[in-house]
Amino acid sequence: MGNGKIRILIAKPGLDGHDRGVKVVARALRDAGFEVIYTGLHQTPEMIVNSAIQEDVDAIGLSILSGAHNALFPRIIQLRRERGADDIVVFAGGIIPEEDIAPLRAAGIAEIFTPGVSLQQIVDWVREHVTPRGVRT
Amino acid sequence: MVMPARRPTVPTETLSTVPLKVVYRAADVDLDYRRDLGDPGEYPFTRGIHPDMYRGRLWTMRQFAGFGTAEDANKRFHYLLAMGQTGLSVAFDMPTLMGYDSDHPRALGEVGREGVAIDSLADMEILLDGLPLDRVTTSMTINAPANVLLALYVAVADARGIPRDQVGGTTQTDMLKEFIAQKEWIVPPRPSMKLIQDMLVFGARELPKWNIISISGYHMREAGATAAQELAFTLADGIAYVQAGIDAGLPVDEFAHRLSFFFDCHVDFFEEIAKFRAARRMWARICRGRFGAQSPRSWWLRFHTQTAGVSLTAQQPLNNIARVALQALAAVLGGTQSLHTNSMDETYALPTQEAVTVALRTQQIIAHETGVAGTADPLGGSYFVEALTTELERQAWEYIRRIDDLGGMVAAVEAGFPQREIAEASYRYQQQLERREKIIVGVNEFVQPEEQPIEILRISPDVERRQVERTRRVRAERQQRAAAEALARLRETAQSGGNTMDAIVDAVKADVTLGEICDVFRAVYGEYREVAII
Repeated sequence: MGNGKIRILIAKPGLDGHDRGVKVVARALRDAGFEVIYTGLHQTPEMIVNSAIQEDVDAIGLSILSGAHNALFPRIIQLRRERGADDIVVFAGGIIPEEDIAPLRAAGIAEIFTPGVSLQQIVDWVREHVTPRGVRT
Repeated sequence: MVMPARRPTVPTETLSTVPLKVVYRAADVDLDYRRDLGDPGEYPFTRGIHPDMYRGRLWTMRQFAGFGTAEDANKRFHYLLAMGQTGLSVAFDMPTLMGYDSDHPRALGEVGREGVAIDSLADMEILLDGLPLDRVTTSMTINAPANVLLALYVAVADARGIPRDQVGGTTQTDMLKEFIAQKEWIVPPRPSMKLIQDMLVFGARELPKWNIISISGYHMREAGATAAQELAFTLADGIAYVQAGIDAGLPVDEFAHRLSFFFDCHVDFFEEIAKFRAARRMWARICRGRFGAQSPRSWWLRFHTQTAGVSLTAQQPLNNIARVALQALAAVLGGTQSLHTNSMDETYALPTQEAVTVALRTQQIIAHETGVAGTADPLGGSYFVEALTTELERQAWEYIRRIDDLGGMVAAVEAGFPQREIAEASYRYQQQLERREKIIVGVNEFVQPEEQPIEILRISPDVERRQVERTRRVRAERQQRAAAEALARLRETAQSGGNTMDAIVDAVKADVTLGEICDVFRAVYGEYREVAII
């Protein structure tokens, strides 16, 4: 492992099919030089954490627009811990009301992007906060 | 955000990148009035399907609503009717859209959030309680389990003694656009088309006032399609459904008039009006020319419009009231039969009662104050609007030819063609926004750093608990033998390739749940898995 490229799993938990945003973000991250794996839709927390470990990624980016984030995000963090994969950075985006953001961050979501954020801001954040495995100590 | 050195300029192309001239002249329009326009109410209906348009009948004001449990949604429906709304439109939650009951593990956290949860006949009776089903038409935004929701609606009408031929409404039932854009599915495309054929035959036989399919461009547009893609892919889906009905043995004139359409009305004012006009002209030519329909009603493209959810901004949300008003005005100038106006708070959550009231009032202001409803197709003959109508039509025919070459829309969807075209357009548009070639007020221009939060609707987590309890009670208290027999009969019918509709109606009447019925389809036809395209 470790060609120095950041590997990111982009995942869509829950049942909503709104994938316009997630696809645009996945493409922008790929165009920025990261290795991007997109899970497709309707993923359970178990499926997402399994894929992340199998694919040996450095980060998981979650997108949700259905309002189920308070149920699903903490579950993903919990599974990550159970699988001993706390070094995988988890960030998220979607329709997340302001008052839900602090509890989700406290639960272990590193960053939450809400509408109006530019693709460049997401790319810059990943560069700053995610380290590829090869370079990690 | 850094302020730009230059000031934003006015657009020189439409939202969908059709180049714009500074001025349009007679030479830009090459039309034969009888052949290409016709009076309102005359083939090819470019100018509208009715001679007197809104003087004869105003568009139906139909606000899409639904959240929480059936009780919560029923209360909102009664409120909207009391405020002067003239039709109902039901939004279902994600588990219902995917054919899962509320107590399924995959429903965790989703129950009642983006719409109302409906699992069984008990829920449907509460949802429709006190609503006059023989006088109000109901539109249900339901696709993969549309057959189950139609069966539930019929079961409620039967129980109330309302003759089936008096029951009017719409099920969306447009699975092709689900595979393309909205992405709530159960079984693969070909068995999905077979279940739709069952509904078309059942509708032609039992429900003369029901629109079995609402062929929808809305979701494709929201997913990032251009206006021409929305137009083309919607009509290509329509072609596939008409063919499916013919293949099921129905003469085209027995069901084509029960197909209706559903479009987005985005923020580019004239492009949208042109799109609606082009859609009418193209569909009339498709039904008459391609399918040989004889009845003028088969040639009509009747459509519902919703303003563009994707154009709303989380920033400075009050601005959305202005966006919605302009979009609704374009829909009316384009000749819509029914209209939903979005609420200003919908980028955050389902709308509050106050927000939805403003949205409904916006329609009433257009209808009763502005004077635009008094004249049919008021922009007909405008050099600009006619040239744009012709241009969108040209682009859309080009797409339809490519889809025909791929073997029709079902094959095109299986090949991922429309999915890829939309993803490309959506990415191009986002890049234009990043480069500020397109301006969104409050997002990449005229930004206000400090904003006051607005009130939003919160769905209580209690909803999930109450709903799960009811569904478990229904399953525990029903006549188990009757339920098991109804399910077995449905499975046999599905396996033998017979029409499944009567078996579904019998099953819901025996308190079989939506999830149990959809499990039969999953077992018989398999579950659809998307090849993810980015």
